[in-house]
Amino acid sequence: MQMPEPDPAVIARKPEIVRRLRAAVAAADAVIDDPAELRAYECDALTAYRCPPLAVVLPSSTAEVAAVLRLCHAEGVPVVPRGAGTSLAGGSLPTADAVLLGIARMSAVLETDYENRVIRVQAGLTNLKVTGAVEERDFFYAPDPSSQLACAIAGNIGMNSGGAHCLKYGVTTNNLLGVTMVLMDGTVIELGGAHLDAPGYDLLGLVCGSEGQLGVVTEATLRIIRRPEGARPVLFGFSTSEVAGACVSDIIRAGLLPVAIEFMDRPCIRACEAFAHAGYPDVEALLIVEVEGSEGEIADQLARIVAIAERHAPEVIRESRSAAESALIWKGRKSAFGAMGQIADYICLDGTIPVSELPFVLRRIGELTAGYGLGVANVFHAGDGNMHPLILYDANKPGDLGKAESLGFDILRLCVEVGGCLTGEHGVGVEKRDLMDVQYDPADLEAQLRVKDAFDPKWLLNPAKVFPLATSASRRAA
Amino acid sequence: MAALAPASEAELAEAVRSARGPLVVEGGGTRAGGRAAEGERLSTAGLTGVALYEPGALTLVVRAGTPLAEVEAVLAAEGQMLPFEPWDARPLTGANGVPTIGGAVAVNASGPRRIAAGACRDLMIGVRFVDGTGAIVRNGGRVMKNVTGLDLVKLMAGSRGTLGVLTEVAFKVLPKPEATATLLIEGLDPETAGRAMRAAMATPCNVTGAAHLPGATARTLLRLEGFETSVAHRARVLAAALAAFGAGTIVEGPGDWAALRDAAMFGGREGAVWRVSVKPGDGPRLGARLGDAEVAYDWAGGLVWALAPEDLDVRVAMAGIPGHATLVRASAAAHARWGTLHPEPAPVAALSAGLRARFDPAGVLGAARMAA
Repeated sequence: MQMPEPDPAVIARKPEIVRRLRAAVAAADAVIDDPAELRAYECDALTAYRCPPLAVVLPSSTAEVAAVLRLCHAEGVPVVPRGAGTSLAGGSLPTADAVLLGIARMSAVLETDYENRVIRVQAGLTNLKVTGAVEERDFFYAPDPSSQLACAIAGNIGMNSGGAHCLKYGVTTNNLLGVTMVLMDGTVIELGGAHLDAPGYDLLGLVCGSEGQLGVVTEATLRIIRRPEGARPVLFGFSTSEVAGACVSDIIRAGLLPVAIEFMDRPCIRACEAFAHAGYPDVEALLIVEVEGSEGEIADQLARIVAIAERHAPEVIRESRSAAESALIWKGRKSAFGAMGQIADYICLDGTIPVSELPFVLRRIGELTAGYGLGVANVFHAGDGNMHPLILYDANKPGDLGKAESLGFDILRLCVEVGGCLTGEHGVGVEKRDLMDVQYDPADLEAQLRVKDAFDPKWLLNPAKVFPLATSASRRAA
Repeated sequence: MAALAPASEAELAEAVRSARGPLVVEGGGTRAGGRAAEGERLSTAGLTGVALYEPGALTLVVRAGTPLAEVEAVLAAEGQMLPFEPWDARPLTGANGVPTIGGAVAVNASGPRRIAAGACRDLMIGVRFVDGTGAIVRNGGRVMKNVTGLDLVKLMAGSRGTLGVLTEVAFKVLPKPEATATLLIEGLDPETAGRAMRAAMATPCNVTGAAHLPGATARTLLRLEGFETSVAHRARVLAAALAAFGAGTIVEGPGDWAALRDAAMFGGREGAVWRVSVKPGDGPRLGARLGDAEVAYDWAGGLVWALAPEDLDVRVAMAGIPGHATLVRASAAAHARWGTLHPEPAPVAALSAGLRARFDPAGVLGAARMAA
């Protein structure tokens, strides 16, 4: 992974920059400059790449964020925004000349408004705590990335995070109504609010998923939804992934809209079962299909879905019979990454493909993997085509990581070739930065760079992410 | 002068590249709403047809000049629909053009179902457009989960052709509901109706339309959609939950939602028509301040349609109420006096102007359409 050369002039001014940072924030412990302590911020959940930042600052208010950005802007210091540091794409990987701006201390719930079905929070609040703040009234916040216990709303907005249940409820951008955001020059702006849609350009839509390239979000207004009366999953085991894929397509064509349709292949099923004892059958392909509603509505939808699945001769059909069993089924699915981690080192991919290409893509992934002599486990959101192939390798075996990365690139190229994209919910970060040329032509990227120019003309925010270094070189040098 | 009518994206790009002065980009020409625009007309009518439709993947890719009716017919044949219920401006504007999908996208036209299924922008998953320099740009794609790079798809929604001329749009579509029913409660004042609508949205009934039409025979309408047995069940649950607001009637079938979507009640009538987006709880408050206007509420109170005297500035009445007001139909003089779009705060307006300057440096795409 190539990163830009750090600016020696900035590094030389570290004591002065740290002194100014301390003056910009009130809390005595809000600025970290000790090299040993900085190590805690040298990477996010993409641990293969590490670099301690110049300094870390942990502001407590929007005004402090503005003060920090204003001074970094004046000093020409790059800034790397960070939520909870759970990015799988290296979205908050520091550079040696950057101030890492962590939003974790801003984690208050500011306003809960059930009448208008919105909640206003500081962006450092974790995803699960948003639901936690409203569940006493049977409301919830819909996007549910697997890391929801730890990940922050700031990062969810940065990456436009999804989750297992977005087939019905959409991803972050569909549940985000407004933000308070600080531009690189320290200007504080408000986009959206508790009302819907934009008066002019949809800048809120542009900011969501912009990976910290455009500004630092400090507060967010989020849509909360009344929880349905109930939800229940059903498991289907199939002898091939082709049949499972055809079943998914038929369910959707029949006018049903399950809240989630999840797919796992045998290696993944076995790992999850060993880890979570979820009661999964040992089959080639497993679908978890969940529906919501009143008891009658659930029974009706499941009857329709089971009838469709039966036409595909499943080896196993198992409806959950209790809330505990449902929870266990989801625990198994959500622990997939952790379970695989106990078996092997892995790289988690995040490409999305048209659902119709599922059987072909799974077959090709198998062939490509065999060609590299590696293993792969597949788990993904089948309803929307967002795949998470886990490439298994041995970090202690020389050359294995390189092989795994090459295979990962090949699989992502395959996703683009069949009409899909490089990343469905994890973001580009540094991980997929150099593959952007595969998906986008120069003119497509140029349009995105121009947006960056308009928000951050000095190109100081979250350096070396999203865009290939060669593509952004002239702008960064300017 | 005859409009430029390129037959392909490449021809359109060439037309933009060789433009000597401002262009007036047109879809079906139904949404102009009284604004005069000067320049050479550039029509997208030659860019039509469905490029890709996969019902099993809920995916539709369509060229921008395709008539909306054609798009909806293609989807209906497979039992699917555009979830955002785009409104048709003709009943209001009296225009006799043919609404296009590109026109709906250009103004992010979203109807009553917006509160349940999202806006036009929420269902858009990919775009192709020609920017002001004549460059062809793609963003997003044909898959419904995609966070690869900056989201210019959202940026194009509602940008009124000022950042680029849309040539193709990809949508996530949804199954058309098997049944529709409306719970009708009569005789509520706007304030009480607002509370009833907000209470309805806080139930698990999945209400897909919540509107209130004030007047002598005031009507509050709450729509339910889905499988027949499910709609029947939820209608009973909803009626019970709202019993305190009066005995409701359950009306089966599509009801008046299409007319409401298009604000058809204000069609052919004197005055300026405004569309105001506010927090649902603020809708009736705003309505009460617009004494000289006739109003109707959608989006559980969050959307206020107002038929106002042309000399009434609805935005002044919004003082202290966050949101934005768009002048949808008015005389050229009223458009000039009040501005079509709600003014943005200075730092946001600066960002918008910065985007315009970068996507359309020579100003050929009618920048004035986005200026407040």
